[in-house]
Amino acid sequence: MAKLVVNQKQYTVDVNPDTPLLWVLRDSLRLTGTKYGCGIALCGACTVHVEGEAIRSCVTPVSAVEGKGITTIEGLSPATSHPVQKAWIAEEVAQCGYCQPGQIMSAAALLAKTKTPTDADIDAAMAGNICRCGTYPRIRRAIHAAARLAGGQ
Amino acid sequence: MSSPARLSRRSFVKGSVVAGAGLTIAFDLRKLARAATEPFAPNAWVRITPDNLVTIIVDKSDMGQGVLTSMPMLIAEELEADWSTIKVETAPANPKYGNPALGGLQLTGGSFSVRTSWLRFRKAGAAAKEMLVEAAAREWAVPPATCVAENSTVVHLPTGRRLTYGELTDKAARLAVPENPKLKSPKDFKLIGKRVKRLENPPKIDGRAVYGIDVTVPDLLVATVARCPVFGGKVRTFDATAAKAVPGVRHVVQIDSGIAVVGAGYWPAKLGRDALVIEWDEGPNASVSSAGIRKMFEELTTQPGPVARNQGDALASLEGAAIRLDAVYEVPYLHHATMEPMTCTAQVRPDGCDVWVGTQWQDGTQNTAAKVASLSPGDVRVHTTLLGGGFGRRFEQDFVAETVAIAKAVRAPVKLIWSREDDTRHGFYRPTTFNRLSGGLNGDGMPIAWTHRIIGSSIAARAFPALIQNGIDGTSIEGAANIPYAIPNIRVESTMKETGIPVGFWRSVGSSQNAYITECFLDELAAAGGKDPYALRRLLLPPTSRHRAVLELAATKAGWGTPLPPGRHRGIAAAESFGSWVAQVAEVSVSPAGDVRVHRVVCAVDCGIVVNPDTVEAQMEGAIAFGLTAALRGEITIDKGRVQQSNFHDYPMLRINEMPVVEVHTVPSTEPPGGVGEPGVPPVAPAVINAIFAATGKRLRSLPITKHDLKRA
Repeated sequence: MAKLVVNQKQYTVDVNPDTPLLWVLRDSLRLTGTKYGCGIALCGACTVHVEGEAIRSCVTPVSAVEGKGITTIEGLSPATSHPVQKAWIAEEVAQCGYCQPGQIMSAAALLAKTKTPTDADIDAAMAGNICRCGTYPRIRRAIHAAARLAGGQ
Repeated sequence: MSSPARLSRRSFVKGSVVAGAGLTIAFDLRKLARAATEPFAPNAWVRITPDNLVTIIVDKSDMGQGVLTSMPMLIAEELEADWSTIKVETAPANPKYGNPALGGLQLTGGSFSVRTSWLRFRKAGAAAKEMLVEAAAREWAVPPATCVAENSTVVHLPTGRRLTYGELTDKAARLAVPENPKLKSPKDFKLIGKRVKRLENPPKIDGRAVYGIDVTVPDLLVATVARCPVFGGKVRTFDATAAKAVPGVRHVVQIDSGIAVVGAGYWPAKLGRDALVIEWDEGPNASVSSAGIRKMFEELTTQPGPVARNQGDALASLEGAAIRLDAVYEVPYLHHATMEPMTCTAQVRPDGCDVWVGTQWQDGTQNTAAKVASLSPGDVRVHTTLLGGGFGRRFEQDFVAETVAIAKAVRAPVKLIWSREDDTRHGFYRPTTFNRLSGGLNGDGMPIAWTHRIIGSSIAARAFPALIQNGIDGTSIEGAANIPYAIPNIRVESTMKETGIPVGFWRSVGSSQNAYITECFLDELAAAGGKDPYALRRLLLPPTSRHRAVLELAATKAGWGTPLPPGRHRGIAAAESFGSWVAQVAEVSVSPAGDVRVHRVVCAVDCGIVVNPDTVEAQMEGAIAFGLTAALRGEITIDKGRVQQSNFHDYPMLRINEMPVVEVHTVPSTEPPGGVGEPGVPPVAPAVINAIFAATGKRLRSLPITKHDLKRA
């Protein structure tokens, strides 16, 4: 049994403690916004926040995050009001969209620490998230736009 | 009393009961009698309900290319529908959604969506609009010509009377569907050509969007499959004892492609698969290797092959040329690497089967499932989800067949999830090809002869044998046989050779390799003749050609011929594919250590009338990332019949820190739309490779770029 706090709700799940958080979220909690892409922390599709840090849930055993505050894309904001989400729509970032929850979680974690990221900050924070559709120019634009939104500009 | 259109059937009945109460009510009843109760669905694409909502059914799958917005725009434009009330549904597998332009197939690919629906969808919208106008005119007993439709409402111009589409559904449904409705003139378009926001995007940013991997149904089990690492291999024996002992594993079953482990979730199924002990019969491909394929292809280039284009006398004019160039160009196998690996969910009952899948080919899924489940196709319901990338891979039905076989065997709904490693190693790869080219120049440095012999395996031989004509697979010669340049003597040959490695449609198909080969070899001829590569291309294209127009636009916007920052160099390339023309200028630097950096790509596109400019730009940006990934480092290699790559560490993708600045410019056009999803890919590799030549003087005649040592001595 593992006790989890996901999107401020408490859950108890009956899984092997080595099970990656990704599959607990997806199969046990039916929070399917967090995606499987590679299983070895190379693509970022599975990015969630643990205590505010962006982590790869595909290589994080559920036992390592018991009792910690986990946030998934479903819990990032009420009514998709996070500046990153608003900017993602304004800049029409998504193509197939599969990687975008992970991109958005990485971008939100970046902006939580760096209010006005430079292009180099964006490269450093986002290079772990692959987008096969190639939405990178729009991701960059949207992060800058989200920074402006969050700063009230 | 509330608006009649909003009344439910129940209120209507109540109103009828008190009909005798007085004139006022009688008057209201006349209005009530008009309240529509049934939807109006004049064709397979449009459904208008009495609540005045317009639903548009799209037969194409969304894999990021924007069809769930661009296709409804075509209908809504002619229907004069209120765009803010549009709902979009994805069509079930059904012959009525087959595309006549594609032989009746219901598939998404070939950049066909908008261009093969341009008239069909607009006519569907226009026919519905004419019926709604006619219905309103009859209601008012006025000539239809005195009525106009706007924002899902018909207005009688002389009196200003109005009826919403929702109020007219019953009456419109009783009218005959016009066969040749009048279409709008492009100058009157209100939606087409506008930056319309993507209807399908909001659920993609908050976790609500449902891809194949997200499907859930009651009592769903999750499956993984262990497949023979060698293509065509089979299970000889297996021992499932340890797999069955993994907590959460429910079933282990053998299917055609291997051994399926079915569990309560993906993780137990994966652990179960890891615990399987399998002895494989590796079959006839156990010794196939990239080196062996290359040698076989190279030997074949010494023999003439079926002729795809023969113009003038290329062989004789080569002999008489002032300058002759010979070159060998090679391209590797490439994998699609969709972000969502292959996945499918199926439930098989004795009387029918449901399949939930992100597929590019609905009737392919239906027929595949029917065959595996021993049902008739009509008993298979296909529920198309969003696709986490397609690029041609999700045209294939291998993962559908596996899922249905497992679901049938375990008599429960099953979701099959491929791992990234499964996906990388069991694909249908962009064919590797070996190409021998010769070019001849006259004394003025102008090309007079061009020969190109292509050796590769055929996609069509497996997928669509009808595409093979006179021994030539049409997909192999796209971008090679149709080079647009005014070279008097051209001979293109193409020989098909099976290798045992499955090949498939990969974004832009034959043009993905042939544009690289032909646009780089043309650059070689330009250099040999002492000509600027852009100037030579212009000389070889007629002034009115769309090919020349995109080249000129790209060159102008990129500042071709103007100084660049130190260390940066330009390359140019253009290609027509899927009914559109794209030219690109790449700005590249090569470090002393030999590292290639692409700084900027200027892209000019002529795709006819643009339906949604933002989508066209997005597709060009994405195509450039896709083409760059392949050019820089894309390579699937084979050893002992196996794919040697497995995941993103050895089949790496372009990342944000490597993405160049991309500028997209569109040629204004009144021509019907061309394709958009693929045509941005072909020019990328040659533009970059030609820029590398400008930077280093080295011609890279094989891909990927990382295979070459560009270190400066």
